[in-house]
Amino acid sequence: MLTYFEFIQEYFPALLKGTVVTLEQTALGILVAVLVAVTMASMKMAPFFAIRWFGIAYIEVFRGTSLLVQMYWIFFVLPLFGITLEKFTAGFLAVGLNLGAYGAELVRGGIQAVPRGQYEAAVALGFSPFTRMRRIIFPQALLKMLPPWGNLLIELLKATALVALISVTDLMFMSKQINSTTFMSAQAFGTALIIYYIIARLIVTPGMRGLENRLARKLSIG
Amino acid sequence: MEEQHFPLSLEGDDVPMVRFMGVTKRYGDLTVLDALDLDVADNETIAIIGPSGSGKTTVLRMLMVLETIDEGIIYVDGKPLTHMEKNGRLVRASSSYIRRMRSNIGMVFQQFNLFPHMTALENCMEAPVQVLGMSRDEARQRAGDLLEMVGLEDKMDQYPARLSGGQQQRVAIARALAMRPKIMLFDEVTSALDPELVGEVTNVIRKLTDEHSLTMIMVTHQMGFAREISDRICFFYEGKIAEQGPPDQLFDNPHNERTAAFLSAVNEAD
Repeated sequence: MLTYFEFIQEYFPALLKGTVVTLEQTALGILVAVLVAVTMASMKMAPFFAIRWFGIAYIEVFRGTSLLVQMYWIFFVLPLFGITLEKFTAGFLAVGLNLGAYGAELVRGGIQAVPRGQYEAAVALGFSPFTRMRRIIFPQALLKMLPPWGNLLIELLKATALVALISVTDLMFMSKQINSTTFMSAQAFGTALIIYYIIARLIVTPGMRGLENRLARKLSIG
Repeated sequence: MEEQHFPLSLEGDDVPMVRFMGVTKRYGDLTVLDALDLDVADNETIAIIGPSGSGKTTVLRMLMVLETIDEGIIYVDGKPLTHMEKNGRLVRASSSYIRRMRSNIGMVFQQFNLFPHMTALENCMEAPVQVLGMSRDEARQRAGDLLEMVGLEDKMDQYPARLSGGQQQRVAIARALAMRPKIMLFDEVTSALDPELVGEVTNVIRKLTDEHSLTMIMVTHQMGFAREISDRICFFYEGKIAEQGPPDQLFDNPHNERTAAFLSAVNEAD
């Protein structure tokens, strides 16, 4: 039986490789989630019923059903309709599309939390709807929505563990492999837990807080 | 459509800067403006007074097209504001037409509504740059001049959170003027201010009436100030003008009993 120190020495390279893949899945998942969130929030607030309906339907479907089932759909079912994706792509896409639905509600909430007077002042000054959103409303909304986005991104990081189930070689996948060859379950999954925690606490949370501080300084609201 | 009997535009020698014709605004069962007719001449300053809920603020919000119109029509500088001409008929105005017409009008709000993420100077530059397409240098020059005019040349780089209410409201006045409107609307602009800060804002408005040729419409609870700077006072009651006239006549010798009752109630409160 290996000591934990020897275990780490032996499997460090494999775990590191998995961690890198997890970070890649997280980063790309965030990118998709942000794009989806902004798009769907805009659609849900659009003046046209059909567009609004699409935004509402998207958010309902992706929030209301299981991420794992969505991922299986993207990876196993879409090929039946002629759309075949790499497992790596299917992984972060599923995570991003799912968490983006939650993000859309955060975006919408942030925008609606900007006081009505800000809209009216911008209207009175003749801003077009797009410029009004870009220059006046969104910067203020962004500051309001960053703290809940910090939570969401930690959820997203943890949700990427599911991509191991379609054989993306992430941290979870590597831990499972090590477990099945060594049967050192506590060490394998314990190390994975610690690494997820470290990424969340030492990268995601401080990153979001830094972003928040920088934005608050730049926007000088406080 | 009912709007057809309104003229496509106002012609003649004495076209008013603003004309409300039969303007009605309802919220559900509540009629806020009841077939209102109101003319404001070029360069005239009028004050709208009356009890709360009488439709005073709605007049300004209709003119800024922050509210839709239920019946009637509004003309600005002879051209329809709420409607536009299409094949020789008046139809509801499109949003781009309204945006173009709005550029004649500036508005100052009770709650200031400055953009909190921009400095005083940036607040005054933003619309000229983004809406009028002015160069940043030119916009900075104009914004600086206006902030100086309102007495804030040493606060240009401050964010609104660092300014007192009176200073914020003066920035808001400068911001509206930066668009060079023909008409300025003041919606209870001193109501949210501490009493000691009211004077600095009214001084700026007084200066505007003296030095600029602007048409001004203000909704106010400050009877003394209204009397001093207005050419005409309109007393609103239940969505209509119950009485209007020169300040001295209306304040000293009101003909309408509702006006008299309102004025004596206000005087007692003071």
